[in-house]
Amino acid sequence: MSARMEPIAVPPSALPERADVVIVGGGIMGLAIAWNLAQLGQERIVVVEKSYLCSGASGRNGGGVRAQWSSETNVRLMKRSIALCSDFATKMRINVWFRRGGYLFLARSDARAKQLEESARLQREHGLPTRIVDRAEMKDIVPELDTSHFVAASWNSEDGVVFPWPFVWGYARACQKLGVALHTHTSVSEIETTNGRVSGVVTSRGRIATEKVLVCAGAWSPEITRMVGVELPSHPHRHEICSSEPLKPFLRPLVGDLADGLYFSQSMRGEIVGGISNAKVPEGLDQRSSMRFLGLYARALSRAMPVLGDVKILRQWAGCYDITPDGNPLVGDVDEVPGMYLMSGFMGHGFMMAPVMGELFARWLLHGEERELFERWNLRRYREGRLLSETMILG
Amino acid sequence: MSDKIVVCRCEDVTTHELEEAVRAGHRDLESLKRYTGFGTGWCQGKQCVALCSRLLIELGGDAPEGPITARPPFHPISVARLARVLGEDE
Repeated sequence: MSARMEPIAVPPSALPERADVVIVGGGIMGLAIAWNLAQLGQERIVVVEKSYLCSGASGRNGGGVRAQWSSETNVRLMKRSIALCSDFATKMRINVWFRRGGYLFLARSDARAKQLEESARLQREHGLPTRIVDRAEMKDIVPELDTSHFVAASWNSEDGVVFPWPFVWGYARACQKLGVALHTHTSVSEIETTNGRVSGVVTSRGRIATEKVLVCAGAWSPEITRMVGVELPSHPHRHEICSSEPLKPFLRPLVGDLADGLYFSQSMRGEIVGGISNAKVPEGLDQRSSMRFLGLYARALSRAMPVLGDVKILRQWAGCYDITPDGNPLVGDVDEVPGMYLMSGFMGHGFMMAPVMGELFARWLLHGEERELFERWNLRRYREGRLLSETMILG
Repeated sequence: MSDKIVVCRCEDVTTHELEEAVRAGHRDLESLKRYTGFGTGWCQGKQCVALCSRLLIELGGDAPEGPITARPPFHPISVARLARVLGEDE
């Protein structure tokens, strides 16, 4: 090519000096909240993202969206989130490649099968079609599966997968249409307080005066709250994923094994995308890839689906889960610092939870709805010693 | 010059798609990669990343400090071969 292209990039706009709400983190959670707040009429919302869109966990996850959970709250919330996912493309006018191929959770032991059965009963009470299937039916759903290692499986045909990136862009674009100021490549260095209350956010591109700051920074959230002396009980945990060469569509559900954390599904691009638990990872925020992960994943995958042995892995990457000691998130207000709010600690499933949590957070903050949830998942449960549980965390 | 110029052969990304992405606000290389999909196919960017970087700069975007993050493996490798990487007790 000889001709040069014309410069068309629009330079970033100046950071506002004042905002009613500053959201720290331009991932799916921060953007979903910003959009829902703007929908309810909240003005002067600023979202600051320290890197590019999709740079954190929102751009690094497997895109799974499921309502199969063991706690009533997660089942209820994810049922709503999936309904929001299925309308997303129409509403936001962006293709998120949502495919409802179901989720098949495999059980290797009778004890695990019993646990899945109890969860399935709870899910049915909430109107989901989840049921326990035997080996023969596992074969009907995934004919290539080597079922000899598994005694039963939990099957919900209405769970699905999305392509995470356009989901983030869809919210970002919709936010901007409603007047939300979204600033990427803008990192927070200080949260100012006056008489103990939030009064401003200092960033790499200037200061914003605000009385409300919402921390939606995923695994980076503890770094943000530490700026005002608040220690969160959560910590980052690296999780790796890889993607294969594209194949003709053949695999219907996302298959998951809670014993070793193996999961895999086929994306709309045809790639097999999956991951596995890995207890031996470096401490802290680390997004590097490891050979050990590929070894663990490939071994488990080729045992579960021997036919995939000849398939080639094209790329691997890593992101950080935001892990809490009781497996439940940290949301709502922060007692120690009035004006600070949290939406973090989502244990690697924040992406699928974002559509519903964005909606509920906006209603809670502006209209005082959903008080029970925002009390139960509040950080203060750690100060008061009332911890929760969830047994169906994958990876 | 043809109206349709492919910049990433693995993922069929054209110059028009780069322009559209930059117009939509994707000013940096990593963001541009995600929005257009260049560099995410069989060659993992080995053939297209230099060209896309140059075009991004011409379009007025941010000059990249380096190539896109390298994603292992260097060459595509089969699941069966990778399955033999670790010892049985690992």
